[in-house]
Amino acid sequence: MTSEKLKGFLPVIGIVGLLAIWSVTTWRQWVDPVLLPSPLATFKALWAGMDGGALGFDFIKTVYRTAASTAIAAVIAIPLGIVLGSSERVYRSLEFVIDFFRSTPASAMFPLFLILFGVGDETKISVAAFGAVLVILFNVAYGVMNARKTRLLAAKVMGASRLRVLFDVMLLESLPQTFVGLRNGVSLALVIIVVAEMFIGSQDGLGHSVFEAQQLFDMPRMYAAIFAAGVLGYGLNLLFLLVERRFVHWSGK
Amino acid sequence: MSAAPQALRVAQLAAAPSPSPARRPHVTIRGLCKRFDNAVIYDNFDLDIPRGELISVFGPNGCGKSTLINMIAGLIPPDAGQILFDGMRLDEIKFGYVFQNYREALFPWLRAFDNVAYPLKMMNVPAAERRARAEKLVAHLGVKLDLNLYPYQMSGGQQQLVSIMRALIVEPEILFLDEPFSALDYEMTLFMREQLQRIFMETGTTTVLVSHDLEEAVFLADRVLLLSRHPARVADFVPVAAARPRTDATLSDPEFVRTKAHCLEVFQREVRRA
Repeated sequence: MTSEKLKGFLPVIGIVGLLAIWSVTTWRQWVDPVLLPSPLATFKALWAGMDGGALGFDFIKTVYRTAASTAIAAVIAIPLGIVLGSSERVYRSLEFVIDFFRSTPASAMFPLFLILFGVGDETKISVAAFGAVLVILFNVAYGVMNARKTRLLAAKVMGASRLRVLFDVMLLESLPQTFVGLRNGVSLALVIIVVAEMFIGSQDGLGHSVFEAQQLFDMPRMYAAIFAAGVLGYGLNLLFLLVERRFVHWSGK
Repeated sequence: MSAAPQALRVAQLAAAPSPSPARRPHVTIRGLCKRFDNAVIYDNFDLDIPRGELISVFGPNGCGKSTLINMIAGLIPPDAGQILFDGMRLDEIKFGYVFQNYREALFPWLRAFDNVAYPLKMMNVPAAERRARAEKLVAHLGVKLDLNLYPYQMSGGQQQLVSIMRALIVEPEILFLDEPFSALDYEMTLFMREQLQRIFMETGTTTVLVSHDLEEAVFLADRVLLLSRHPARVADFVPVAAARPRTDATLSDPEFVRTKAHCLEVFQREVRRA
């Protein structure tokens, strides 16, 4: 029983350890305090920023852009992935194109999208959506293609039409893989959004916040913004995991 | 192969006088041909499956046991030949099929109950009636299962029982089982044999069971269909006389032992044939 109770505390050890090393490092001044502020200073900056400060506003901006780009990507990629995946021949003929653009760094597309959409939110959101679409599409298509043959046969034997098999079996079979795609897609979207916020004439967002703090040499604020971005990335991943566990309860079983 | 002589032959078969309707063969297989790449699995294969009996199919590895029931059940198209059920095509009758791999054959996103009722949904039976029929089947079989569970929450044997119920819900005229117990441990296999026998005695549905275990094949069957190496022929079609319900005592009954020994002899003769 005690070992079970201890298990719950295991993740805390890493956090406490990191904070301890960080505190000792700043206390003993092993690193220039200008480069590495103390944990206390950082969390004060984080608190001040999030509690009605600029950081909270930037945080919400980044959440909005990431959510918008992921939503657009999902709306495009999921139906398209199902269509492509349900015909292996169609997928094979497009596989190279999808793989090629999936392997192209989305950040390389910034200049093109700047010309297409200007310097506003549209550019950031559309570049991130572009990156996420391909990741989600690839996963959905593979999820559909790898639907268990026995299950498809079982549905067919029970008299299911092709359309029925698609909706009753293939679609549900692909859901665990679709969620893998969504988790990867939202992570990639966040990366692209934060980079875009740093460099594409941005006035707000976490990327802008990190970059501005660095330019002003306001180190506690910079670390605070980095932490905020980390919390957001972790939180988004966790959110999708929880949604998956709720709706795709059979995943991995 | 032209369709006309086939149709004629079927007409003759159907018209042929039979001692009683119950004695008429249920499934007639004529001129069945199937090859995979260069291997001829079936070449002009004929077989009559009697009505209301449980037939076990047994034979050497790779002889086409599963291929046979998969062709009868329409999972694999034959290259040539005709399979008729009382003169009707497969799409005109109701049948059930139980896969070896229950884990991949059930729908994990549906509760066991909805898995069982799924074939009725395909037949556009209204939800209320689906529910009623599934409940009736559960009561009829006397199955002690919590059908509100998802398949992955059940043991292997329970899952396979759900698969069998899913096949029975349509009140099939014929039931196919492809090595249904080979993924289960021995204890569960014994239990499932009993369950299948009980279900067969309850429903009297014509049943074709592929088995890789001779004792199981003989224990469950009214007749054991012994196939040769491919191209498959009927090496023997052995009646099993033992009365039902068969029990552990049946296994040591001299008549049963003799039948089993005979089947083994035929099997080994076929295995040794190069």
